[in-house]
Amino acid sequence: MSRPLTASEPLVAARAEPVLEVVDVVKRYGRREALRGVSLTASRGERVAVIGPNGAGKTTLLSILAGDQKPDEGRISRSPSEIGWVPQQSALYGKLTVAENLRLFARLERRPDVQATVERMLDQTDLRDRAGDQVGQLSGGNRQRVNIAIGLLSAPAVLLLDEPSAALDPRQRQRLWEFIAGLADEGTTVIFSTHNVQEAERHAHQLVVLADGERLFGGSPAELEAAVGASGDFEAAFVSFLHDRGH
Amino acid sequence: MRWLLVKDLQILRRSPLLVALLVLYPIVLAVLIGFALSRGPDKPRVAVLNQVPESGNVISLGGEEIDASKYSKQLFEAVDPVRVSSRQEALEKVRDGEVLAALIVPSDLTAKLQSAVEPGTVEVFYNAEDPVKRQYVENTIEAQVRDANVALSRKFTEVAVSYIDLIVSGGDFSFLGRELDILGLIKSEALLRLAQENLPQTSVARAQVEEVIRFARLARENLDLSDDVLGSVGEPIRVKATVIEGGSTPLSSFAAAVAVTVTLMFVTLLLASGMLALEREENAFRRLVRGLVSRTALLGEKVGLAAACSAVLALVMLIGLALFIELEWSRLPLWVAGIVAGALAFGAMGVAIGAVTREVRAASLLAFMVSLPIAFLALVPSGSVSEGLYDVTRALSALFPFRPTLDAMDAALNDSGSMLGPLLHLLALTLGFGLIGRLAIRRLG
Ligand SMILES: Nc1ncnc2c1ncn2[C@@H]1O[C@H](COP(=O)(O)OP(=O)(O)O)[C@@H](O)[C@H]1O
Ligand SMILES: [Mg+2]
Repeated sequence: MSRPLTASEPLVAARAEPVLEVVDVVKRYGRREALRGVSLTASRGERVAVIGPNGAGKTTLLSILAGDQKPDEGRISRSPSEIGWVPQQSALYGKLTVAENLRLFARLERRPDVQATVERMLDQTDLRDRAGDQVGQLSGGNRQRVNIAIGLLSAPAVLLLDEPSAALDPRQRQRLWEFIAGLADEGTTVIFSTHNVQEAERHAHQLVVLADGERLFGGSPAELEAAVGASGDFEAAFVSFLHDRGH
Repeated sequence: MRWLLVKDLQILRRSPLLVALLVLYPIVLAVLIGFALSRGPDKPRVAVLNQVPESGNVISLGGEEIDASKYSKQLFEAVDPVRVSSRQEALEKVRDGEVLAALIVPSDLTAKLQSAVEPGTVEVFYNAEDPVKRQYVENTIEAQVRDANVALSRKFTEVAVSYIDLIVSGGDFSFLGRELDILGLIKSEALLRLAQENLPQTSVARAQVEEVIRFARLARENLDLSDDVLGSVGEPIRVKATVIEGGSTPLSSFAAAVAVTVTLMFVTLLLASGMLALEREENAFRRLVRGLVSRTALLGEKVGLAAACSAVLALVMLIGLALFIELEWSRLPLWVAGIVAGALAFGAMGVAIGAVTREVRAASLLAFMVSLPIAFLALVPSGSVSEGLYDVTRALSALFPFRPTLDAMDAALNDSGSMLGPLLHLLALTLGFGLIGRLAIRRLG
């Protein structure tokens, strides 16, 4: 696993290669606007964090990219079938083993070589010695890994993770970020959501700040720091940044 | 879709407790419902036409009087009698399902009983629609008639015995207001012997009288025995039963149809709704419908899974029942047709339930809550409620698969009518509930 990236290491080489373009996406639930014209561009191997308080529209944005919901307006450059999706709550069958879950979804995804795909995922997510365990009996961290493995079955160019670290303890969290960094290093574009600003700052190349469905900021961690004007407490500075913009 | 089926079967195999409950519960319930049904409804409505005039209610036998109305009163306590004024009206009420049966007491009943020459006959018309309630009414009427018969034949015997006594021993007898002195066989024999002794030894008449004496002795000895014979005679009132409307189904095989339908209902509803709700509870639903499986295919898979499991169980149950009750094996293809059609309709209803619930527990609870009333609604016997209410129960029952499945199984097991109607009805319900499920799952995501 590769070491975690920090904000001081900007992604340079990959910038040239846009993998996903999202333009002016609008989503309404009745009269309520959950997304008000959100845009975003991601490159190959880039890690993008979508940050914002609860109810900001992070899940709505990711699930639209995943094809789970249809946007009311806007354009997305890539078909959902080419995008891997790791929902916040694990979508797995508790009564099936890790290997059985992987095999089932590999079959449903019509992978050419099911067994080879399962083996690859077991290795990649370090779950080989758990392969025969029922998912319902796994720890939260391991279950999250199976959840991610299923999102990666089709070796997608883009992987979406909705609040992947929310239910993990610090050690599991550390391993998650290492895994994500490794994935991105091999060329997968990773878009994740979080409400933890510091985490986003540490592990993403690009930050997209959402509040009430509105995109307030887009740029590198350094640019956000400059905009927020953090001196000591970044989190507090971020909150007042949102506050100043009416959120 | 094949892999989803395999997955669901794997999940079921790993939930042995759930599967055991799913199999045992409907069987226990089917048995209980069978018991409840065989006890029959309380006080069924019976149309009664009593053509015997008020004055004819008393039968006089050998100087003693029997009040026939005593037995009809007992009968009326066991049923809810509906007085009618004509045979026509009685039959119409049976045909309309307004009453469970009609009892017609002919005007000549007491006269026939009084004459004691030929038995009197009462007529009973049953509604063939439901053998359970028919059997109850049948038992009730037969029990009363039996009581009356026992009392009447005891009287008849007493009277006959007293007549025989008179013939054997002689005595006074009043007939049409005249007092008669009856000689009796004993005295006849004695008189004849006296007469014989007075005849000359050579007279031909002496041998002839000897023959008469022998006859008188033989008659006396044998008539003494006839008391016992008379005691066992006796069905003064006969019941002539007619079943109106359709064929008749013996209770046990009707109970088998009920048991199979109850089993199909519970297993299919619980499995289909539960397994669909599980997809949502496990959150897998969203992943599946993201291009892996269409929503329609997912619903189809659940209907198929639940229907296949419950159909196998129902068939095994039916084959088990066939060891105890008489079922026609040659009709096996019809059993299968009824079971499969019923299972599919219940499966579709199950996915409709599963589609509106998000959790297995909620789905199971809802499945339970709807199935019991549907079953009881479909089993409400005609005549046990008012006509208007009965029509409502029939109309409501038609909206759910229980009644048509029961009709199909009854037809398949008992040849009680055509299967085509119920099968088409079930097909329509399968499509209807399938559509409801499909719409619900689109709306609720
Ligand atoms: N299915 C839905 N129906 C109606 N409103 C919804 C639905 N999903 C989300 N919302 C609303 O949209 C807004 C954004 O929600 P969400 O994307 O889940 O926020 P986040 O993931 O950032 O916490 C919230 O106000 C939420 O209540
Ligand atoms: Mg969210």
